[in-house]
Amino acid sequence: MSSPNTPAAAFGARFGIGSRELERALGAALEGPIDHADLFFEASTQDSVSLEDGIVKSGDRHLVQGVGVRAVAGEKQGYAHADDITVEALQLAAGTARSIAAGSPRGAAVAVRGPGAPKLDLYPVPLAPTEVPVATKVALLDAIDRYARAKDPRIVQVMASVVSQHRNLMVAASDGTWVADVQPLVRLNVQVIAQGAEGRREVGYQGAGGRRALAELLAPASWQPLVDEAVRLALVNLDARPCPAGTFDVVLGPGWPGVLLHEAVGHGLEGDFNRKGVSAFSGRIGQRVAAPGVTVIDDGTLPGRRGSLNVDDEGTPTARTVLIEDGILVGYLHDRLNARLMGHAPTGNGRRQSYAHLPMPRMTNTFMLAGRDDPDEILRSVKNGLYAKTFGGGQVDITSGKFVFSASEAYRIVDGALAEPLRGASLIGNGPDVLTRVSRIGSDLALDLGVGTCGKDGQSVPVGVGLPTIRVDGLTVGGTER
Amino acid sequence: MSALRGAGSDALQLALERARAAGAHSADAVYAEGDALEVRVRGKEVDTVAQSRERTLGLRVFAEGPGGLRSALTSSSDLSRDAVARLAEDSVALARATAPDPSAGLPADGFARELPDLALFDPADRALATADWIALAQRAEDAARGYDPRIVNSEGASASTSYTTICYGSSAGFAGEYASASHSLYAQPVATQNGGGMQTAWWASASRTLAGLDSPEAVGRIAAERTIGQLGARRVPTCEAPVIFDPSASRELLANLAGCLSGYAVYRGSSFLREKTGREIASERVTIVDDGRKRGGLGSKPFDGEGQPTRRNVLVERGVLRSWLLDSYSARKLGLASTGNAARAAGGAPSAAPTNLWLEPGAGDLETLVRGLERGLLVTGMFGHGFNPVTGDFSRGARGYWVERGERAYPVEEITIAGNLGEMLSHVEAIGADLRFLGSLGAPSLRIARMTIAGA
Repeated sequence: MSSPNTPAAAFGARFGIGSRELERALGAALEGPIDHADLFFEASTQDSVSLEDGIVKSGDRHLVQGVGVRAVAGEKQGYAHADDITVEALQLAAGTARSIAAGSPRGAAVAVRGPGAPKLDLYPVPLAPTEVPVATKVALLDAIDRYARAKDPRIVQVMASVVSQHRNLMVAASDGTWVADVQPLVRLNVQVIAQGAEGRREVGYQGAGGRRALAELLAPASWQPLVDEAVRLALVNLDARPCPAGTFDVVLGPGWPGVLLHEAVGHGLEGDFNRKGVSAFSGRIGQRVAAPGVTVIDDGTLPGRRGSLNVDDEGTPTARTVLIEDGILVGYLHDRLNARLMGHAPTGNGRRQSYAHLPMPRMTNTFMLAGRDDPDEILRSVKNGLYAKTFGGGQVDITSGKFVFSASEAYRIVDGALAEPLRGASLIGNGPDVLTRVSRIGSDLALDLGVGTCGKDGQSVPVGVGLPTIRVDGLTVGGTER
Repeated sequence: MSALRGAGSDALQLALERARAAGAHSADAVYAEGDALEVRVRGKEVDTVAQSRERTLGLRVFAEGPGGLRSALTSSSDLSRDAVARLAEDSVALARATAPDPSAGLPADGFARELPDLALFDPADRALATADWIALAQRAEDAARGYDPRIVNSEGASASTSYTTICYGSSAGFAGEYASASHSLYAQPVATQNGGGMQTAWWASASRTLAGLDSPEAVGRIAAERTIGQLGARRVPTCEAPVIFDPSASRELLANLAGCLSGYAVYRGSSFLREKTGREIASERVTIVDDGRKRGGLGSKPFDGEGQPTRRNVLVERGVLRSWLLDSYSARKLGLASTGNAARAAGGAPSAAPTNLWLEPGAGDLETLVRGLERGLLVTGMFGHGFNPVTGDFSRGARGYWVERGERAYPVEEITIAGNLGEMLSHVEAIGADLRFLGSLGAPSLRIARMTIAGA
């Protein structure tokens, strides 16, 4: 079903949806005082193969297809979706969507232009990850299991999976937009449990992926480092001591700890919260929200990255959006609705989990630009603190600005050197405040390996994060020890 | 046992037949069909009206292998005969690519014989139109906005309603179906005072029937009370202190614990409770029950995701761990019998999960607990993912009130509370009578003797 060069033609061939059908459905949605209408078609395949207890015990394959019809009037949105992509379902959904606004029709004729292919081509994958034979994935997981168990006798459980997605989407809108895209996504997960003295167990996780060919992950040189890291993490944590509680100077390692930016500032800069005035960052454009030298970017145009998109789920080309420039708040992340209501331009951040969901402003790949400090020197600069090397997940209350996230590998820093590993560390702070405490920015910007998933309002979308080594002064660390 | 009637029965039977024809050893299928409406209002305006209709067929097939069965799981929303036939054939091919597993397979017997009426919907509720749901959401929004002049904004209030029919059938001979509804109301106002920072808190009610929902006025008022209560919140100095959890925060502790009671976490060795069966894992005040046949429960169903009858299981009895949550697979892995806790969404993998899970109430209520506290923390909300099920290590963001001499002294935020869930359960020194469900999980307020609080 994948014909990467003509995704719109694929919808036409499979479901009989062409320009005439699109225009009729959009016209039906506009039979009311509607400002904007759009159609979102999706036909996706998701599969996963997973291993535990030494065997690949199941393969999953899920086909998801449907269409969502949206009508927008001012701040109001009407949405209807159906899982059958037929002309009848389209007309019915269009009627439902427009029911949000009563009154006489705008009556504008709709002419879609296209079908267009996105200008960007960020993930040209020769073979969709979902089309790779299951046997190949099974062999990879078996190899991972053997390798992990051979690494250390303390490894008592290995759980690994290959998760692939192949998402065909097509967007048509009353402004004439008509674009389609094919979005491959792959993720390899490795989780191990190590058992140490007195039956103590700890878990280690590492994963990688992106909008890439699975072939790139099949070479031992690609997956062995992931297993090495998962095993190392589990073993380090076997020796970890309870984390102290209190206020410390904290050094964040490069890469995945960029989840701090995602939680602490990224969500608070999404256009919907700011249009409604419910974000701790509302009305603060032009103000200092971070230390000098701190520049934060959201960039959906990085080739092959998990958070990248040729076009967003409203058909807008993605972009590189500067959110914070040298410490000053300069931009928000927008979908079309919120951009229009705030008088801004869309930034290509209108995303949705599937055809069954309304789009909203979401991050893509969010990171801080590198500074000039030597990462080793940053560590040496801390007298008594914490080094957070990698993290689990985080969460933010965008209204109060308070965020929290959990370290999965952390160390005490004593006199500028790493001391004992710590378990159960969480960091908590206030979004508009935390980046003003950044006192050093390393030269070692790294993006994460491609495993992030962001949840908002019940919708999950793949994202990326990145960070150079940074030092943050006076962060609250949650642990059990005094 | 009942014959299948719904529109999905043809697709379901076809899938099972074609799987058998393609060489499957055995198979089961679940078909879910539903329609849903969600409306949100903000201020005086309708913000969103979203309607959906969905059908999904999920198929699990087993193929014979040396020493065990191989399995695959597939799903599709394309229910044309061709698509279903292809799904069945693809599933068998997929299963053949996986490894044989001596524990895999359908339950052999013990299927639900009678399907009791569990009051999972009220047909009269169908009469409500979109405008009625908008009006309910508007009443919640008005109640929240009108509660106090310091409520200056909101994320809006929403109402949602859905009706679902689940059909399940297997080559072992079971077939059954049931219909259910789920309705909810939600409000989330925003407050500020004296030009200070904004605060928000939410409140919600969910029920199988309209009559079972709290009034929109109550939902809006409580959301507003919780929001106003947080104004002027500050950190407390880092310390150790007793911690009271209100029913909503206590419910989150139970949610963390629930994952550790699943048979899957136990056989994988990823639960800190593994090897603790029959042992004391909590204070004797703690009794935890799972009951899939609670009348009107949002987790209730007459049979589980494998056709086994749901039932009442006491998981923790006066502090002693008595049972896991098991489906047939995790039960076989552990040498036990299914507890009727197979959870199976049409588009997802089977698992063992709670149905209606609650912590049994004790005496008194939240106010009794607060009055009895000389000095400590009252937690009304937690956030973040700082719970490690393998070790029980717990460190999450929290907010609530600092309590002095039995009174709420001031609201607190930007703090963490940390401990080990195992130790926390052992140190439960009081449980209130104020059991409150939200969805399928319910808990009363409780007090834990000592936790570490990280703050200023």
